Order: sequence, then C-alpha cells, then structure tokens
Amino acid sequence: MQGGVPGNDMKSWLNWKEMNQERIVLLIAILIFIVASFTLPGFFTPDNIVAIVRSVSVLGILALGMAIVVIGRGIDLSAVAIMAMSVAWYLQLLNDGMADGAAFLLVISGVLAIGLLNGFLVAYAEVPAIFVTLASGSFVFGYVRSQLIAQDAVPVPLGHWMQLFGGVRYFDIPVEVFIFAALAFLIFLFLRYTKWGRYVYFAGDNPVSARNAGMPVRPMLVLRYVISALIAFIAGLLTAASLHSINTRVVNSTLLYDIVLVAVIGGIGLSGGKGGVRNVLFGAALIGIMLNAMTIIDIPLIYQSLIKSSILLAAIIIDGFLNPRDEQTAQQGDI
Amino acid sequence: MTFRERLQAWRYNLIPDHLVGEILTKRWTDNAIPFLVLVVTVASFGASIPGFFKPYSLQESTRQLGEFSVVVTGLTVVMLGGGIDLSVGSIFALATFAAVSTFFIFEMPVWVALVAALATGIVCGAINGYLVGFLRLRAFLTTLVTFIIGRAIFDILVVNYGADIQTSMASSDAWDFIGDGTVFGFSIPVITAIVIAVITHVALTRSRPGWHVLAVGGSRRSAHNAGIRVKRTVFLTYVFSGLCASIAGFLIATRLSGAGPGTGLNLEILALTAAVVGGNSLGGGRGSVVKGLMGAIIVLVMTNGLIRLGYGTGTNQMVLGIMLAVAVTIDIRWLKNRHKVLNEVYVAPVYLKMGETQSALPGSGTAYALDNRLSEADHIGLGELEGPEDVILDRNDHLYCGTRHGEIVRFFAPDYTRSEVFAHVGGFPLGLAFDRHENLISCVGAMGLYSISPDREVKKLSAETARSWTSVVDDARLRDPNDCDIAPDGRIYFTDSTKRYDAHDWALDSIENRATGRLLVYDPKDGSTKTLLDGYRYLNGVCMAHDGKSLFVAESWACRVHRYWLEGPKAGTAECVIKDMPGYPDNINRASGGHYWMAWLGMRTPSFDLSLRHPGMRKRMTRRLPQDEWLFPNINTGGVVKFNDKGEIVETLGDLSGNAHPMVTSMREHKGQLFIGGILNNRVGRYKIAGADESWTGPASYWGGAQ
Repeated sequence: MQGGVPGNDMKSWLNWKEMNQERIVLLIAILIFIVASFTLPGFFTPDNIVAIVRSVSVLGILALGMAIVVIGRGIDLSAVAIMAMSVAWYLQLLNDGMADGAAFLLVISGVLAIGLLNGFLVAYAEVPAIFVTLASGSFVFGYVRSQLIAQDAVPVPLGHWMQLFGGVRYFDIPVEVFIFAALAFLIFLFLRYTKWGRYVYFAGDNPVSARNAGMPVRPMLVLRYVISALIAFIAGLLTAASLHSINTRVVNSTLLYDIVLVAVIGGIGLSGGKGGVRNVLFGAALIGIMLNAMTIIDIPLIYQSLIKSSILLAAIIIDGFLNPRDEQTAQQGDI
Repeated sequence: MTFRERLQAWRYNLIPDHLVGEILTKRWTDNAIPFLVLVVTVASFGASIPGFFKPYSLQESTRQLGEFSVVVTGLTVVMLGGGIDLSVGSIFALATFAAVSTFFIFEMPVWVALVAALATGIVCGAINGYLVGFLRLRAFLTTLVTFIIGRAIFDILVVNYGADIQTSMASSDAWDFIGDGTVFGFSIPVITAIVIAVITHVALTRSRPGWHVLAVGGSRRSAHNAGIRVKRTVFLTYVFSGLCASIAGFLIATRLSGAGPGTGLNLEILALTAAVVGGNSLGGGRGSVVKGLMGAIIVLVMTNGLIRLGYGTGTNQMVLGIMLAVAVTIDIRWLKNRHKVLNEVYVAPVYLKMGETQSALPGSGTAYALDNRLSEADHIGLGELEGPEDVILDRNDHLYCGTRHGEIVRFFAPDYTRSEVFAHVGGFPLGLAFDRHENLISCVGAMGLYSISPDREVKKLSAETARSWTSVVDDARLRDPNDCDIAPDGRIYFTDSTKRYDAHDWALDSIENRATGRLLVYDPKDGSTKTLLDGYRYLNGVCMAHDGKSLFVAESWACRVHRYWLEGPKAGTAECVIKDMPGYPDNINRASGGHYWMAWLGMRTPSFDLSLRHPGMRKRMTRRLPQDEWLFPNINTGGVVKFNDKGEIVETLGDLSGNAHPMVTSMREHKGQLFIGGILNNRVGRYKIAGADESWTGPASYWGGAQ
C-alpha cells in the first residue's frame, strides 16, 4: 500500500480497469460531497466541513486501532468498551479525589492489562479473536460499570485539563482533528517503515508462513491488541474532552459497528494483510460525509442506523466477492 | 516376592488406572465439566435465593428458560454446522413484533400470528443462510451486521406502531393460554422446548440431514469432497436457527402481549454464551442439543439469579464475559490437547511375574531346544506376499493365505508357483479354517469373523458379542479377532486377543500386559456369538482336539496353552496344560499322529520378563521414549513346537540362521509337509517332515473323507 493521496497521475488512477474498493469508496464520497454541496443548504460551509472532520476524528482514531488489528487478521470488538469504560473509571477516580497522576497511571495500566489479556488469549491460547474481544468487551463494561463507577455518565471534574483541552482550536479547527491527523501519520509510519509494521502485513496475509519464516508472530499479535487498547483510550479521552463527560451507554450503541464499517468500507480486507491508513481516511471521509448529509436532511437516528448497517452489509458482500474463500483452502473453524 | 514387588503388584494390579484412559475416550466426558458447572450453579443460586425451588417460582423461570432453550437449540445446530448466528436476538424481536402486530393491529386469529412469526424467522434465517452458505461470507461478521439491520428495523417498527399495539382491544383465549396456561403443570414454552430439543436431537443423531450438518461442521472440506452439498446444508442450519428464534419470539409475544425496545436485547450474547458454556465447539462438528440445554440453564440461572440477588447494572455483562472467555478457552485448549492427554494416560501396565522356564538354547537337552531345521524350508511366493499370518490347504492341495492388503491368496498345487487373489476381504485376514462345506472361515483383524464360500462369496459372520456389564469402552465390538477353529457340530470357536487396543497396536498391549483376551463361539445355526472365556493375556491360536471334545487355546503374553472342555465332566471350563514356555505361542494346528503343532511368534527374553515386574518403568517408557526404543517382546526368533494330547512337548523346530523363518505365526501339516506362515514374512515356507504320515491332511482329519 502506498501512502499519501496521489495528485498528478489522476488519469491512470481513474482507469476503470484499476478500480478497487478503495477508489470506488473515494469516488462515491466525492460524489456525495458534490451532490450534497449543491442540494443541501448549509452543507458546503467552512463550519460544516470542520464539523464533518471533527465528527469523524474520534471514529477515525478508533478505526486506526481497528485497522492495525484487522490487517493482522484479527478483530477487536472490545474497542468501544475499553474507550468508554477506561475514561469513565479515570474520571470517577478523579471525582473521588485521587491525584491526577496516580489515577492516570492506574487507568493506563488497566488498559494495558486488557490489551495484553486480549493479545495473550488470541496469540497463546489460540482462541478466535472475535470471541476473546467479545467476551473481554462484555467483561470490561460489566466490571467497570458494576464495580468501579456509580452511574452511567461520569462528568469531567471542574477545572481539569480535559475541560480546557476540549475547547482548544488552532486556525478554527478543533484539536482532535490534529490529533487524528498526527495519529494517522504515526501509524502510517509504523506500518510502512518499521520492521514490525511490515510484519503485520505478512502475519495477516499468512500467519503460518510468517511464523515459519521466523517472525515473532505471537508477541506481535499481543502488541497489536495493546496498541488497539491504547488508541481506544486516547479516543475516549478526546470524547470526554469535547463532551465534558463520558456516557458509558455508548458501549451498547452501534459505534462499534461504525468502526468496523469505516475500516471495512475503506477496503481493509477482513481476511488480513491488505489495506493501510489511507483506507481508513477514505472510509472515514465517506462515513463522515454521509452521516452529516443524513443529519442535515433530518433522517432520524434509527433510520441512519439502518442505512449504515445496510451499507456495511453491502461492504462485506463486496469484500466477499473481492476476497473469495475457497472450499479447499478455507481453514476449519474460521468463522 | 520382595516387599517392593508386592507393593508394585498391588499398586498396578488393583488400582484400575486403565479406566481413566477408557473414560477419556468417551465422548460424554465432554459433558462432564458443563454438567458439574450446571449442578454447582443451580445449587448455589438455589441455596442463596429464597423460594428458588418453589413451584410457582420454578414455573415462571422455566417459562423464560423454555423460550431461551429454543433459541439456544437453533444456535447449537448452526454451530454444529461450523457457523455462528448472532442475529438470533433480532430475529427473535422481529418475530415477536410480527406475532404481536398480526394479533393486535390486524386482529387476526392466533394461528395467523404464529404463521407470521414463523415466516419472519424463516425469511431472516434464509437471508443469513444465503449470505453465509451460498455467498461464503464470514458467519460472525455477517450475522453481526444482519443483527444490527434487524435491530434497526425492529426499533423503527416499535417507534411507529408500538402505541397501536398497546391500545388494541384484541384478545383470545388461545393466545392467553399459550402465554399463561399449563398442561400437567408444564408451561407451553417448556413443552415446546422439550419437543424441539427431542426432534432436533433425533434429527442430528439419526437422520441424513443431521449427519450432513455434523459432517460439514467436522470437516467442511472433507464433506465437500465426499459430495455433501455443503452450501445447502449450511443454508438450512441458518433457516433452522431463524425458525427456532421465531418460535421463541412467538412464545414471548403471547406471554408479554407486547414488544418494546427491550425485547430480545442482549439475547445473542446470552445464547452464544449458553451454547459455548454447554460445551459446543466453535468451528463445529462437536456438540449436542443436550449441551446447548445445559448451557441455557447455566446462563439463565446465573443471570436471573444475579438480578434477583440485587447486583447492579453491568454485573451480568461482567459474569457473561468471564463465562464466555473461560468456556471458549477451555473448549479450544481441550480440543487441542485431548488426544495428547489420552495418549499420556491410556497405557496402564500391570505387574506380572513370569514363571521360570526351561531353556530353549540349542543343545541344552530340553524338549524346547531349538535347532536349525526350519532353515531348510523352501519358499513359496517369495516376495509376492506380505504378511501371511496363517496358511491352510484344501482337499485339492491348493494353498491359501491372507495378506496384509486384505486379500486371501491361493497358490495352485502341485508346485505352488501360480497364484491368484482368491478373495478380497479387507482388514488383515489372520486365522483360517475350512468348515464341513469347504467354506473358508477367517478371523479378519480389525473386522471380525468372515466366511468365504468356494465360489468366493464373502460373508460377515460376526463382528460383535454381548457387551460385558462392567465395561467402560464398548467391548461388544471385536477389536483383534485372531484365530478360529471349527467343532464337529459346526460351531466356530475363535479368539479376540484384546479389548483395549486395535490389532496394529499389539505391541502396546504386550507392554501393558493387561488380561483382556477372549475366547468366543459363533453358532451358525442362529448366528449368535457368545463369550466363553475372558481375561487372558492375548488369547491367540485355537485348535480343536482330535477327538473334538476339547480345544487348545494359546495365551501369548503369558506363554501358556489352555485346554477348554466342550464336553465331559469339565465342560465349559479351562485348564492350563502347558505353562512357562520359553516362547510366545501363536497359532495351534493339528498334526498327524494325534499331535499338535504350535507356532512361537518370538522368544521370551530376560529383559522383557524383568520389565513385566516393573510396570512403572514400562509406563514411563511409553510416555517418554519414541516407539522405536520401546522394550517389547522379541519377535525376531521363533519356532515351531509339537506337543501331544497331554500337553507334553514332543519336539521343537527352529531357524537359527534367521534367513527363512525366524518368526512363525502359523503352520499346517499336509501330506507329510509343513507349510509355514509368519505375519512379518514375505513368503510361505514348506518343510518336509521326516517320518510323517504322507497321507494325512487337515480337511480329512476334521471332516473325514478320502485320506
């Protein structure tokens, strides 16, 4: 995968024979953007465009974490639970009067522990990722909700840096957009230029060969789940910073599926080894534009959810056609 | 016997270690852990919640359990087929809505509501099935997405029509009866759950479509290559799951007479946890309806119990998360390591002190002293044969022997250079005998007792006997049928050498040395098979005495020969006639002059005799050493022994050169010549017996007629 948006070779880029999911998604996003700009009042305004970018930043950050895991042929269904519950616990500790540093250390070690646990069960106990993270997500939510925090929503304490942080803007652009950009760039560098980043692709493409070739497949698996957990924590901090509280009910919402949607629709194959940061950006762009347009048209949330999930289904079906599975080579128990 | 040896004997002969391995081979051991969890869960919640076991309380909780079990049964079937269905929760909700709206909004009769609910479930299931089965999409994600879509549709419907349902005045006795009534104290959901569970269980275990589901789940590729329509089978499992979810949805519709945002919420993770906690394997092939039901009870009792005990929001998710993670991990680890555990514990050697024996050294002067006479034997079919365990000759002097390829080969008299495959039986034909009507009877290793008619028709006579009452592993099946002989009345007496190992694992049986060999009799009159003797160390050769009133049977690992009486005062009992031989006896056959030939497949060695007194050492040996380095009976030196009616040794023949017949598993005398077979040999030997009756033949000795 190549980084950066190509500019001067637009012609070959638009060649029909070269079409793939990523390009289709980008074209559709541009198309919707143009149509919406002309037809929807208030869509093509600087404020709204900033709002679009802002609305997808948190989603995009979470999708970056998901992308790393999915490229390595896994999936992390605990991301949203970690995001919401870690921050909720953090805020609860602060509200209970614990020193900021101690609370932060405690929470981040909890986040690391869950990432390690996910990774350990997937890598060493060889339990399918989908079950490990489904179970750990349920556990994280249940444990924090029942044992560590008092109610569904936890506010950011008055005067805390997060409260101020949420309002920071450079050039009229909210700070989380910069953080999203910075994280995207970091992960791009990781996946593209570091040895372990390249290994993620090899391990995702063919874990057995990667292992036979001598790559530390198992420690790398653990690393990916830890990264995913940390990114989820960052996304949670940003959410709390901009909303001045965190609502743990988000765990039961469809946010998780939006994350998978962003990653999958951008063209990161679920069978692993394919895609990169650019796919996440395109996927996030399409979803952001679509959600914004739907909100302007005033489609109720429940319909939006139906439309999103239908698009996700279409994306999975297309993914199935692009990366077909074969009766002779399919792995037993690969669900 | 020293004190140490006595302790060893007690330790290894009295403690039934072998049962551990045998129990582990049973598939029901998979159920043991879930069952234990079930008992503990029900007991602990039953104890801590007051009134848990009161009839009314039970009836209310079992109503919910009934609905839930139906959903879990459907999910179990999908999982057995190698898939997963997360959309059960939304199918359940949609079916509830379909039933409720048909009944309350359109005011249709109850049966129409039922049809509407079921149709909803079948359509949703078919969509899942089409996507996962025919389009080969990933089950988990696809059903996750159809779950969200279904949920979104349900939310929209509830928002728009929820009020209409609540304000409707429709009512029906049948509706209320399904929701609240009982039949003999059982609520309708419980009865439905039981009926569906029984039907599903029978279909899975005893019908072609059910076997197809298990085959696809067990190995999709093999099922595909075997010609099973994999895609259609997978499709049908999802349709079934949808149907089950919709039945449950209809039941809850009648019970609650409404549908709201909470209907079927979290049902998918509950059902998934239940199916996995019950012990159904992810990835398919292993599991059962019963496991699903056990899981359903565990999960429901636990989640409901936590609520009734007053634990707050989130506790349920926490417990479910832990249960799911633990159950899945145990399942994966257990499946991966089960065969290793089994290999570790299956071999359970016993203590045996073999008796002192006479020397078989050449020139030692004993009756057993080996000589070099067998090396003079010339060969028949050299290089063409593999593993002629037994040989036999018919009235026309043709020679028959089995091979390890499952064939009976016939060499034509008089020079035995021409041969043909007389019959293909399969397995590994071992012991041979001709009956009165010249049918060739054969003990086929790993298969059973077979008869081959003169016109080559192969017929199975027996492959099982009555199961003994104390057996853990089914010992009705014949695992290692070894040799047979036929009484004057036509009854076929044959041996099954071990109950613990398959024929090719005979070396493990010798190392374990457990007495599980049997003598059986097949009665051609009624086709029945009976066990006559049980508990011998590898019963091997059988030979009818010349007078037909008793038979000789060889007990290989104990180096003994027994006489089993068919008639007379001792009928039905066995007595040891030769003991403590220096070799391991194999087949026994009649000889001219009223004597008997007995093959020694190998000779005892002091080292192995010593190891028999150290069962712990043999146990460690099988666990820690590669098979090539195991100590087991020597089979590189054997011989042929002639004994008389009283069990006295007449003479012993051997091959000291080691070139022609170092190991002998069978021999037949025919017209003054001895034909020699060996299970590891590539030939049949022919040895001219000095001074033998040149007119004596086996068929004439058994069935009379021209000498």
